[in-house]
Amino acid sequence: MSQGVAITGMGIISAIGNNVAENFRSLVEGKKGITTISKINTIHKDVIKVGEIGYTNSQLEHILGLTPDNNYSRTGLIGAIAAKEAVANAGIKDINAFKTGLISATSVGGMDMTEKYYYDYLEHETHRRYIASHHAGDSTQKIAEQLGIDKSLVTTISTACSSAANAIMLGARLIKSGQLDRVIVGGSDCMSKFTINGFKTLMILSDTYNTPFDENRKGLNLGEAAAFLVLESDAVVKAENKPVLGYVKGYGNANDAFHQTASSDHGDGATLAMEKALKVAGYTPKDIDYINAHGTATGNNDLSEGRAIIRVFGEEVPDFSSTKAYTGHTLAAAGAIEAVYSILAMQNNVIFPNLNFKTQMKEFNITPQLELKEKELQTVMSNSFGFGGNCSTVIFSKNQ
Amino acid sequence: MKKVYINSIASISPQKTFDSSEFLNEIIIHEDQVVFAVEPIYKDYIPPAAARRMAKGIKMGVVASKMALREAGLELVDAIITGTGMGCLRDSEKFLSGIIDNNEQFLTPTSFIQSTHNTVGGQIALELQCKGYNFTYVHGSNSFESALLDAKLQLELEEAENILIGGVDELADHTTKLNKIIHHIKDKKTSSHNLLDSKTIGTVFGEGANFFVLSNKKQATAYAEVVSVKIFNTLSESDVAETALSFLKENNLTVEAIDAIVLGRNGDVEFDGFYTKLSSSLFSNTPQICYKHLIGEFNTASPFGIWLASKILKTQNVPNVLKWNEKNTSSYNTILLYNQYRGENHSFTILKSC
Repeated sequence: MSQGVAITGMGIISAIGNNVAENFRSLVEGKKGITTISKINTIHKDVIKVGEIGYTNSQLEHILGLTPDNNYSRTGLIGAIAAKEAVANAGIKDINAFKTGLISATSVGGMDMTEKYYYDYLEHETHRRYIASHHAGDSTQKIAEQLGIDKSLVTTISTACSSAANAIMLGARLIKSGQLDRVIVGGSDCMSKFTINGFKTLMILSDTYNTPFDENRKGLNLGEAAAFLVLESDAVVKAENKPVLGYVKGYGNANDAFHQTASSDHGDGATLAMEKALKVAGYTPKDIDYINAHGTATGNNDLSEGRAIIRVFGEEVPDFSSTKAYTGHTLAAAGAIEAVYSILAMQNNVIFPNLNFKTQMKEFNITPQLELKEKELQTVMSNSFGFGGNCSTVIFSKNQ
Repeated sequence: MKKVYINSIASISPQKTFDSSEFLNEIIIHEDQVVFAVEPIYKDYIPPAAARRMAKGIKMGVVASKMALREAGLELVDAIITGTGMGCLRDSEKFLSGIIDNNEQFLTPTSFIQSTHNTVGGQIALELQCKGYNFTYVHGSNSFESALLDAKLQLELEEAENILIGGVDELADHTTKLNKIIHHIKDKKTSSHNLLDSKTIGTVFGEGANFFVLSNKKQATAYAEVVSVKIFNTLSESDVAETALSFLKENNLTVEAIDAIVLGRNGDVEFDGFYTKLSSSLFSNTPQICYKHLIGEFNTASPFGIWLASKILKTQNVPNVLKWNEKNTSSYNTILLYNQYRGENHSFTILKSC
C-alpha cells in the first residue's frame, strides 16, 4: 500500500496551447482560445464559438510519426500527444520498468471519423479502417501503443463531463492499493458535429464567449483537448529520486440522482463529491486554498455548483475560478485539463482569473477570482460534473 | 482484506436467461449473423410509459439491474458500476443519421442524451435514488472486467458493502452493416450449432445485459467468491499460456485446481487461436466451457461467462450445450475464465464456490 499518490509528470494540448508551457503562458496572460470554428463544416458556425486545437489531423499524425494508413481518430491523436508529453515530463525512460497502467477518459471516442464516413463506408473502401476505431476504448489502446504500455492494465472511463476526474480517481486508488506502481491518467475528447449538435439541441451553447458565474451567462463553448498526469507510488518516487509536482490527496464521486442532464437546484451530488474528497484527504474546508470550479457557464451548472460550494464551505468560500472561458468545455477531458491547471496554480502560487465575468449572480454573493492573483497555494480542489448526475471532485496538494 | 462475493445474478441475453430459476433449460438455436436478446416483460419492472422512452440497451440494463437487486433483496446499493463497449448505440445512430440526413436541422435532444455512455448507470441511480459512486467503463471487451476490478477493490478495502455491477451492449442496424463489410461479422449465416467450429473469419454479433450484486458480506443467495480478475490491453498468442499460469500462481493455484475453464471462443478462425493455446495444452484435461455460440459476441458478452460460471458453482450442473470437451469432474469449486476480442483486451477471472 502506498500512502501518497505523487504526480511526477503532466502533458496537455488544448485551444490555448500545444503543451504545458504554452497553456501556462496563456493562462497567465489571460489569453483565451475561443474562436469561430474552422476545422468542422457545420451550419452552426456563425452562431457558436469553440475552443479548437491549432493542429490539423495530418499535422498531428506527422508529429507522432504515423504512416498514412493509420486509423487514429482525432481523440487518439491529441491524446497520444498529451500523454507522451506527460511521460517525458516525468523523465520516464523505460515505461515497463514498473507496473504501469493507463486510464483514459473520453466521451466522443472515434465519433469524428464515424460522422465523416458514416454512409461513405458502405460505398467505398477507402476509410473503412476507421470503423474499428469508433468505440471509446480504441483511442486509449492507441495511446497505450504510443507510450509502449503493453500487457498491462489499460482501461477507459466514460461518465460524460466528469470522466477524466474519475480516471485520476481510479488511478490514485490503484496506486494506493498497490495494484500499480505507476499509472498514466487523463482524458481526450476532440471536436465533433455530434457533440456540437447535441449541445445545440439542449440549448446550452452560447453564441458568444462563455462567461462562467456571470448573471447573464448564455451557455457553454465546446472545446477539444487532451491532458494526462503520471501518478507514481512512494516507492517509485523514492527509488528513482524523482521531483514531485504535487499529490493527488483526495477524491470523491457521487451521483446527483436528480435528472439525466440537469443538476439539482442545490447541487446535492456536487456537495457530496466535495465532502467525500475532503474526507479522503483528511482535510476540513478551511484547508482548501483555491477551487478550480467546473463552471461551464450554463445557467444550471453555475447556480447548482455555486450553491454546493456554499453548502460545503459556508461563509468562508476560498478563491475560486473557472478556466472554461479559456478552453471551452472540453467534456470528458475537462477533469484532466483542469488537473494540469490546478497543479500549475500550485507550482507557481498563482490563481488564474475567471475571464469574461461582468455581473454578479443574484442568487448568491460569492464572486469568482477575476484577476490573476499571486498567493501561496498548498491545496487546490477541482470539480467536474457530468450528465447522468455524475459529480466528481479531486483535491491536489503541494506536499504529501 | 475482505473477500468478495457474487450475491445475485441477472441476465438478459439471446437465450431465455431472465428467469433466474432456470439454467439454460431450453436452448434457442440461432441461425443469423446477429442474434437479438430475448426480452423479459419489461412492465413487470418499469412503468410502460418510462419503458417506451428507453432504448433497448437502457431497458435491458435497467431491468437486469432490478432483477439482480431483487434477488439480493436490496433496495439500494453503495455504488453502481457499469461497463459498455459501444454505449447506447441505437440512440447514437439515430442522432448521427439525423445530423447527416437533415443537414444538422430538426434534431431533438432525447437521442443525444441517451447516447451518452453512462446513461444506464445514471438511469439506475435515478431510479434507485442512489447518490453513491457511479462509474462507467467503456474499454472494448474489458469494459465489464474493469467494472469488476473496481468493485472488487472497493469491497476488499471496505469502502462499500454492496455494489451493483453490470455490462450492457445493444445491436444497432448501421453498425451491424459496417461490421459486416469489414468482416468482423461473418459473411454467411451460421447456426449456433456450427459457430464455434465454423473455421471462417468473423463472428456472430449478439447483445444483452448481465448484472450482479457484489458484496463483502456473503448472503444466503450467494453464488461464488470472486477470487481475482486481471486485465491486459495486449497479449500475443504465445503469451497466453504463460500469463494464465502466472495468474494462477499469483493466486496460489495450479492448473489441477481448476475444475473448469470458461473460454470466450467466438468462432472467428483468425482469433480463436488464443483460446486454443489454453484448451489444447495447459487445460486439455480440464472441463472446457464455451458460450458465445448461444449469445453471440459483443463487448460485454464476457459477463455472461461470469453468469454461467456462477450458476455452475451454485448448481454443480453444466448444461451439455456449454461443454466444449468431454472432460467431467465430480465437483465444481474453482473456475477460471479467459476472454479477449480480436486479440486485444484480454481478461482472466477466477471464481470459487462459497
